[in-house]
Amino acid sequence: MLPPRFQFHQPASLDEALSLLAEHGEEASPFAGGTELLIALKARVLRFEHLIDIKRIPDLAGIAIGAAGSVSIGSLVTHEELTRSAIVRERMPGYAALSDNIANIRVRKKGTLGGNLCFAEPHADPPALLCAFGTRLHLASPRGRRDLTLHEFIESELSTARESDELLVRIEVPALPQGARGGYRAFGHLERPALGVGAVAIPSGDGFDWRIFAAGLCGRPTELLRTQDAMRGLPATDALEVLSRHADEDAADIEAHDDLQGSADYKRHMVAVLARRACRIALGYPERAGRETGQDIIGADRNA
Amino acid sequence: MHDQNISHVDFACSLNGRDVSMRVEPRELLIDVLRDRQGLRGTKRSCDIGVCGACTVLVDGRPTASCSTLACDVNASQVTTIEGLSQQGELDPVQRAFIEHGALQCGFCTPGMVLAVKALLAEYANPSEEEVRHYLRGNLCRCTGYVKIIEAVMDLVNQRKVTP
Repeated sequence: MLPPRFQFHQPASLDEALSLLAEHGEEASPFAGGTELLIALKARVLRFEHLIDIKRIPDLAGIAIGAAGSVSIGSLVTHEELTRSAIVRERMPGYAALSDNIANIRVRKKGTLGGNLCFAEPHADPPALLCAFGTRLHLASPRGRRDLTLHEFIESELSTARESDELLVRIEVPALPQGARGGYRAFGHLERPALGVGAVAIPSGDGFDWRIFAAGLCGRPTELLRTQDAMRGLPATDALEVLSRHADEDAADIEAHDDLQGSADYKRHMVAVLARRACRIALGYPERAGRETGQDIIGADRNA
Repeated sequence: MHDQNISHVDFACSLNGRDVSMRVEPRELLIDVLRDRQGLRGTKRSCDIGVCGACTVLVDGRPTASCSTLACDVNASQVTTIEGLSQQGELDPVQRAFIEHGALQCGFCTPGMVLAVKALLAEYANPSEEEVRHYLRGNLCRCTGYVKIIEAVMDLVNQRKVTP
């Protein structure tokens, strides 16, 4: 099906793109991979009079080591670039594994991380683990620049803190303390995860401190605060021992929605299951990374 | 192609090795341009939401869902459809392997599947069966159960080892 009519703009610079966004306001959307936007336009879920193709803007490209050892990811970087990046594989291998299991090969080659985050579809793999990493987003508009955490950015289903004249420029994953690691585990029957849990283990004394986020239950990722508190500073085996009980309590507080991907009760139940597996991956225990899926008729996920 | 207040855009690409240029509306999808304007009906529309892989074509070698790609967005690219694979009436080795192994039944997923395999074999010198399955996970086939497709691809990979 054809999308409704729109005008197509191809700015060559950030300034040019920002002035187009300012001029057209809510009638305009940035356009990059189009893997989500075009499908939403075709389905008449979204409608824009102007698409602003941002693929030619150099400021939005590339993966680099940023200030204080952070990983700075341009909003145009594709899932496949992230999977293959030496920087990502070395510094955040758990994310490289996640990225390699997003959707399908066509989406990974064209779909961008920036687009994925700005679309704010709750059933998406990147947000849970990136929230656990403490990821910050840098936004630009003709009014200036600002940055906020990814957790602040995603407000609800398909809704973010991005104003209509703002463009997501870079995604910055702060350097983790020495020895810290992340893990992600998700489950889904379709291409998208029904839910996913991202966990980061940070060595502290004889044990670890934790940052754990669950996504896909409601409109935005939820931090498992009680679970993190209960596990704080405990040696790994003790931490895993107390995890399930507290994760169940955290999950009970989430205003989960029934949807095509699973009932609210089912998803709440799965939080502790997936949190345990994500934490085990973060601890370096043997556990398959990435996504378990009922759709693996053709093959298993690769990350053994 | 730069601009504004435009109801139509001109674009040019190499389609199956032939230079084509066209005037399209920005909203026109690659699949429609291929099927309806170029008469290349080998590219199949199925799910229409980028999930099934039946509409896969290669854009600069990358497997691409033509149902969710703007035609004007492939300006200056090389586009390959299933019609572009055979040379002087000779089937491509991937097509031959699919026939030899019975890797198709109704055939609807086959053009997209074959093009995905072309991209896979161009990208990986010596893929493992696991890598093949992972790469093709997003190309759905409801007839074969995939066994014969994987056999066909692994046969091509193994032939490569014998005759480099």
